[in-house]
Amino acid sequence: MPRAGTARPPFLSVALISAAALGYEILLMRLFSISQWHHFAWMIISLALLGYGASGTFISLARQALLPRFNTVYPLNLLLFGLASVGCYLAAQQVPFNAEEILWEWRQSLYLLALYLLHAVPFFFAANGIALALSRYRDAVSLTYAADLLGAGVGGLTVIALLFMLLPHTAMKVIAVLGLLAALVAVYEIPASRRRRWQAVALPAIVLLAAMPGEWLQPQLSPYKGLSQTLRIAGSEIVDTRSSPLGLINVVTSHIPFRNAPGLSLMSRAPIPEQVGVFTDGDGPATIDHNPDRQALGYLDMQTSALPYHLSTINQVLVLGAGGGNAVQQAANHAARHIDAVEINPQIISLVADDYAAWTGNLYTRPGIHVHAAEARGFLTGTAQRYDLIQIGQLDAWGGSGGGLYALNESYLYTVEALQTYLEHLAADGYLVINSWIKLPPRDSLKLLATATRALRQAGHDQPATHLAMIRGWQTATLLVKNTPLSAEETGRLQAFCEARSFDPAWYPGMTAAETNRFNILAQPYFFTAARALLGTASESFMARYKFDIEPATDNRPYFFNFFKWGILPEILELRGQGGLPLLESGYLVLVAALLQATVISVLLIVLPLWGLGEHKSPSQHGVSRARTGLYFFAIGISFLFIEIAFIQRFIQFLHHPLYAVSVVLTAFLVFAGLGSAWTSRRHGGRRAVARAAAGIVVLGLLYLLALGPVFGELVSLPITGRILVSVLLIAPLAFCMGMPFPLGMARLAASAPRLTPWAWGINGCASVLSAILAALLAIQFGFMVVVLIALLLYAVAALSFP
Amino acid sequence: MNREPALKTVIACLACLAITAPGLADDPHRDARMAMVKEIEDDVRRTSLALDKESLDPRVMDAMAAVPRHRLVPDEAQDSAYENRPLSIGHGQTISQPYIVAVMTDLLKTTPSSRVLEIGTGSGYQAAILAELVRQVYTIEIIEPLGELARDNLAALGYRNIELRIGDGYYGWEEQAPFDAIVVTAAASHVPPPLIEQLASGGRMMIPVGSRFMVQQLVLVEKDDAGRVTTRQILPVRFVPLTGRH
Repeated sequence: MPRAGTARPPFLSVALISAAALGYEILLMRLFSISQWHHFAWMIISLALLGYGASGTFISLARQALLPRFNTVYPLNLLLFGLASVGCYLAAQQVPFNAEEILWEWRQSLYLLALYLLHAVPFFFAANGIALALSRYRDAVSLTYAADLLGAGVGGLTVIALLFMLLPHTAMKVIAVLGLLAALVAVYEIPASRRRRWQAVALPAIVLLAAMPGEWLQPQLSPYKGLSQTLRIAGSEIVDTRSSPLGLINVVTSHIPFRNAPGLSLMSRAPIPEQVGVFTDGDGPATIDHNPDRQALGYLDMQTSALPYHLSTINQVLVLGAGGGNAVQQAANHAARHIDAVEINPQIISLVADDYAAWTGNLYTRPGIHVHAAEARGFLTGTAQRYDLIQIGQLDAWGGSGGGLYALNESYLYTVEALQTYLEHLAADGYLVINSWIKLPPRDSLKLLATATRALRQAGHDQPATHLAMIRGWQTATLLVKNTPLSAEETGRLQAFCEARSFDPAWYPGMTAAETNRFNILAQPYFFTAARALLGTASESFMARYKFDIEPATDNRPYFFNFFKWGILPEILELRGQGGLPLLESGYLVLVAALLQATVISVLLIVLPLWGLGEHKSPSQHGVSRARTGLYFFAIGISFLFIEIAFIQRFIQFLHHPLYAVSVVLTAFLVFAGLGSAWTSRRHGGRRAVARAAAGIVVLGLLYLLALGPVFGELVSLPITGRILVSVLLIAPLAFCMGMPFPLGMARLAASAPRLTPWAWGINGCASVLSAILAALLAIQFGFMVVVLIALLLYAVAALSFP
Repeated sequence: MNREPALKTVIACLACLAITAPGLADDPHRDARMAMVKEIEDDVRRTSLALDKESLDPRVMDAMAAVPRHRLVPDEAQDSAYENRPLSIGHGQTISQPYIVAVMTDLLKTTPSSRVLEIGTGSGYQAAILAELVRQVYTIEIIEPLGELARDNLAALGYRNIELRIGDGYYGWEEQAPFDAIVVTAAASHVPPPLIEQLASGGRMMIPVGSRFMVQQLVLVEKDDAGRVTTRQILPVRFVPLTGRH
C-alpha cells in the first residue's frame, strides 16, 4: 500500500461510480413513476438516498478496518454497487406495496420500509466507494470531489440521453454495467493485487447482465393503474411502446371500445367512435379517435369544452396540450380556419401525425392545422399570433388529482403569470378556456377561477366578474375568460348551450342563484357561492376560510395541485370510517412523512458514529470542533441543493422545457461546482477561502434573485441554443463558488481530524436528502425565492462555522 | 333467495337470542358482521347532515347483517372481511368499504318488487346485498375469472334471483330493461347513454366516483316520470361548512 497522500487518486473510477449512482437515481425515479405513482416514487428514492448518510456512518465506525484494506474494499464497493443496482431493483419488484392501502393496512408500512432499505443498498455501496477515496487520498480531496461532481454531471446528462434511446429498464442494465466497469477501472487505477481475479468476477457479471432478458427488469405496474386495469379486459393488448425522459408511452387497442368521453352530456346520443388508448407511465388513457372520413364527431359537441364555439365565430384556435387530438378535432368540427396544436411530447405528436394518420383522417396534416412540439408558454413567447380561442386540455387524470397525487408537481401552466400570458395572446374578443374535473368539495375549478380573477385584476380589469363564465356538468367544468366583458348575447347563448346539454352555469355576469342547481344538483350551490365570493371584495377572506388551499398559484409558488391545509387534517382523520379519507390531499402529507422519517434516520446516522467512536466525550479533536464541523457540513449540504433545485425551477421559465431545464441546470451546477472544487486544490487558508466563496455565492445569489427576471425577459426570444448558452454562463460563476466549501472543509479535516472525514461526508449526505424534501415544503408554503434566501443565509452560517 | 322481510326479521331475532336457525347459529362470523353493522349505524348517525337522514333504511341494514361478506372476498382478505374498509378482490379490483355499500344501496330506494341492473359484479357482494332487497338482480362483469368466481360463490350462497353475465356492460341488458335501479361500479368516463335509456321512469342510477380504494363522491342519476334526467352529487361524508365555522 502506498503512503497516504502520495499516490494518484482513482479519479476515473470515482467519476464513473458517481455517474452511475446519479444515473441510477434518475432511472429509479422513472421506473417508480411507471410502476407506482410519482409522489411515492419521490419519497422512496429520497429515503433511499440516505444510503449516502449510512455510508458515512459505516466508514466512520469501520475506518480502522477498511482503510488498510483500501485496495480491496474500494473496488469491492464499486462492484457491489453494480450487482446491487440490478439485484435490489429485482428484489423490490417482489414487494407488493400499494400506496392507496397504506392508511388501511399496517403491512403496507413494512413493505414501504422494505423498499427504502432495498433501494438504499446500491447508494450505500457507491457512497462507500467515494467516501473511502476521500478518506484514503487526504491530500487530494478537492480533486477527488471534483471527479465525483464532474462524473455526476456527465452521468445525469448521459442517462437523460439514454432515455431517448432505450426503455428505462434496459437503461438500468447500462447503469449496472457502468458500475462494474468502474470496479474494473479501479483495479487498474490503484495498485490492487490479483487484477485477474477482479476481471474473473466483473467480466462474466457484465456479460450476464448484458444477456439478461429485458422482461426480467420490466417494471411491475401497480394493478390499480389505468393500463393494468385495461389490460385485464380480454382482447386488450399493447400494440406499441415508446419511451423518452418525458414518459413511457403504451398504445393499447381493445376489442371492447374505450369510449373515452369525459363529461359527456347526459343528453348525448352521439356515437363515440372507435379509439386507441395512449397511456403515459401507465396512467390514462388519452385516446385517439377513429375518423377516417373526417366527419364532425358529434360527441365532442356534447362536452362542456365545446362552449366557446357556441358563443361566437372562432377562426384562430390554439390548443395547449393537444394529446390524442380531441380538442383539435373539436375545433375542426367547427371549421376553425387556423388551428395551432401544441404538445410537449413529440412521441405523442408522432403517434397521431404518423402512425395513426389514416386512422384520424390525417387530422394533423389537414389544411389550416399546424402542430408544434413545444412547451405551452415557450410556444407563446415565440409567437405574436392572436387567437379567438386558447383552449387548455383537461387538467389531469381524475384518479391522480383525486388523491392529491400531483400536489408535488410544479406546474407553470396554471399560474397567475401563465394566465396573463394567455390573455395577452387573445384577439380582442377572444376566449381563454380551461377545462377541469369536478371534485367535491370543489378544489381545482375554484383555484382556476381565483387564478383567472387575479390575472384579470393584475391586467388592469377592475371588474373581473364581468369577464368570466364557468359551466359544469356532473363530471367536468369549463372556465371561460375574456379580456372584454361578456355581452348579453354571449350569456344568452351560454344559457342555451347549457340548457340543451343539461349543464349548469356556475357563473356568468348577471347570473342568479335560481339557475345554479337545475340539472346537476349539489347539496348546496357550492360553485356559484364560491364564484360570487371569489369575484367579490371578500375574496381574500373567503380563500383564507376555505377548507382547501385555493390561493392562486404563481411562478414563485407553482403548486397548482396542492390543496392541502393543515386545519382540516384532524377532521378528515376523524371521518376515516365514514368515507372521509379521499378528502385527504395526500401529496403534501407524503412530503411531511418523508421529512419526519428522513430527520429521524439522519439524526441516528449523524449521532451514532460520535458514540461509536467515543467522540462525544471530548469536545474537540486537534482543535477541530465537532459541533462546528457538523454545522458546517450540514449547512452546505442543505444549501447546495436548495439553490440547485430553486434554479432548476427558475430556469424552466427561461428554457421552458422542463427536460432542458433539468439537464442544463443540473449538469452546469455539477460540472462548474466540480471545477470550483478542483480550483481549491491549489489554494490554502481554508477559512478565508470559504469566506470568499460564501461572499461570492451570497452576492451572486441576491443579484440573480433581482436580475434574472429582467434578463430572461430580454433574452427569452433567443433560439434554444442561445438560451442554453446564456443559462450555462449565468450558472457557471455561482456553481463554481458553490463547489468550494465542501473540499475546503474536507481538506481542513484531512489535515487536522481525519477521523471526522467520513462523518462529515455522512452529514453532507443526510443534509442533501433533507434538503430536497425541505425545499419542496418551503416552496409550497413560501415560494422558491424564500428557498434561495434561506440557502444564502446558510452559506453565511457555513462561512462562520468553518471547522 | 329473496326471503320475505318479515321472515328475515324473525330469523335475525332468533339468531340474536341464540335460539338459532341452523346455519346462522354456526356462523362464526356473525359477531363480526353485527359489529360491522353497528359501526355503519354509528357512522351514518355521524354523517347524518350530509346524508340528510339519521339512519338508513332498516331493510338495507338487515341485508348488510345477512350477507356473509367473508364468503365473497378472497382467502387472503378473510381476516378483514368485516372491517369497515375497502378490500382488494384480485384482478386489480376492489370492493368498497361496507359503509359506502350501505349508503349507495340506501340511495337506490329499491322495493321488494324492484328489478336492478349492476355493471361491474366484482366479488358479487353488492349483488348479494341487492338480492336480499329486490325481486331480481342482473349483473354484468367484464373480467371473466372474476365473473365466474362470483357466479359460483353467489350460487353456493343460494341466491337464485341473481342473473350474471360476463361481458361488456356499456349497452346494459336490453332484453330485461327497463330497470328500477342501476349500479355502475365499473370505471366509466361518462354515463353510458344506453343505461340512461334502460332506466325506468322514476328510476335511480348510482355511480361511485374515485379511485379503486377511495370513493370520492356518489353520483345519483335520476329519471323523473317525464323522462327528464338529472344528477345529484353526494359527498358521503359530513364535511360542512366549507369555509369553516363563522
